[in-house]
Amino acid sequence: MAVEPRYTPSERIYFAEIFRGLAITARHFVNALRGMLRGNEPNEDMWTIQYPEVKRTPAEGYRGAHMLNKDEDGHIKCVACFMCATVCPTGCITIEAEEEEEGYEWKEKRPGRFEINLLRCMFCGYCVEACPEEAISMTRDYELADYTRADLIYDKEKLLENYDRHKRGEI
Amino acid sequence: MNIWAALIVAIKATVIMVAVVSVVPVLVWFERRGAGWIQNRRGPNRIMLFGVKSAGLLYPVADAIKFAFKEDIIPADSNKFYYLLAPMIMIVTALLAYAVIPLAPSAPLAGLSVQLPPMIKDIPVPFMVAPVDVGVLFILAIAGLGVYGIVMAGWASNSNYAMLGGLRSTAQMISYEISMGLSVVGVLMLSGSVDLNRIVVDQTQLIFGIVPRWNVIPQILGFVVFITAVYAETNRLPFDLPEGESEIVAGYHVEYGSMKFMLFYFAEYIALVTSSMLIVTLYFGGWSFPGMKTVMNWLAGVVATIGISGNLQSFIVSLVPLTAFFAKTAFFMVLFVWVRWTLPRFRYDQLMRLGWKVMLPLALINIVVTAIFLLVV
Repeated sequence: MAVEPRYTPSERIYFAEIFRGLAITARHFVNALRGMLRGNEPNEDMWTIQYPEVKRTPAEGYRGAHMLNKDEDGHIKCVACFMCATVCPTGCITIEAEEEEEGYEWKEKRPGRFEINLLRCMFCGYCVEACPEEAISMTRDYELADYTRADLIYDKEKLLENYDRHKRGEI
Repeated sequence: MNIWAALIVAIKATVIMVAVVSVVPVLVWFERRGAGWIQNRRGPNRIMLFGVKSAGLLYPVADAIKFAFKEDIIPADSNKFYYLLAPMIMIVTALLAYAVIPLAPSAPLAGLSVQLPPMIKDIPVPFMVAPVDVGVLFILAIAGLGVYGIVMAGWASNSNYAMLGGLRSTAQMISYEISMGLSVVGVLMLSGSVDLNRIVVDQTQLIFGIVPRWNVIPQILGFVVFITAVYAETNRLPFDLPEGESEIVAGYHVEYGSMKFMLFYFAEYIALVTSSMLIVTLYFGGWSFPGMKTVMNWLAGVVATIGISGNLQSFIVSLVPLTAFFAKTAFFMVLFVWVRWTLPRFRYDQLMRLGWKVMLPLALINIVVTAIFLLVV
């Protein structure tokens, strides 16, 4: 059922409302110009983020590119249990397990190959939730563009490097 | 007409056309960045030339280059003759219309003739391309011709969206042309002439010695009808139904690409400039403003102190009304953009109701009131 909205008589004539509208847009116009003079940073009058120069800080808990966490000794935490690969809805995680080196026998296994295909990944974060060892988590890195498809399949080294970059506060 | 008079007309036509056409890129720039500012955005500002940021001014240039290098496509099932004719009609009518608008009073331009043969000195040079004495009728006729371009484009493209756009535009422009013509009648009655020069000269008088007797004051009703009709005629928001992006993609020019599309685009913006000029001429005193004589005398004095006198002096002084005219025109061009980003598009039935049931009676009432006023006074 179509409900006719209620208008005041002046709104019905429409003519005066045109000038109210023009006043509103003029105010925004002037405010925006004032906001632009305050520099590149976005402010309440100029909402544009000047992207390459100014970067948005993603919210806490933002799901960006993954990283493989390390323990206190800098050794990979992952035990190659395949929980993440199993829960992954897109099947973008490929793991090949291998035997742990000496001194880490309690872990039994570690991944020899750990690849995440970011072109398939939908950044749902299930892998992080499924992991029993807190070995995989997500950074806030959202600048994931690259030139080739091969570059967007992140291997173990890249994911471990992401951990270091995250520790350094880069991503 | 001797050869020198013809030469002067040719030069005037070229200068004024170049002036009008070069307004278009600036207008396009302002439309884009103005849209940004109204929406608290920055608008397009990234384009750089040799590492220098141009505040986005170069985007129209980039557009022109892109249009020039695009493949020129003619749809297979289109009517090729009319398909090619439509953009030509659009651009020709757009470039014709402003020819009769007086940009400044007739000036002794002979100042430039110091090096030229003496016969040129006696020719008065009004700042208009074609000094015809039926200017209003000419402009209305040319505006009417412009519909043909849109209709042909819509019909010849053999596309549903283009034809819907063409249909809408025909209905819209024909409906609003009537109220546009009728609203101008009030101005014509006040001046008793269809000569745009005469209409402007009549507006140079003052009321109570301070208020300019611009036609917008006695003809406020006619002005409201006229400016509404002008917005509808130029297919600008809130009356851009022929284009209606959200409904029919781009309307009548949806099948056009490369330079042919650019002609439509250009014609649209030139029509906008012409409409602003026409509003200024008919309702806002054209090149005149109160105290113009004082300003001109003052400028003549300033120019004389730096040693310029005679004809060159009078030429420089005659730029004052020209500047006033362009300032007023610029305001109305800004208003076009401003209104575009303020008002939403009308629905089709609302458009027709407004045109036939509101604007047409208002224009007729305006004529009657003006007639009674003229009889009484």
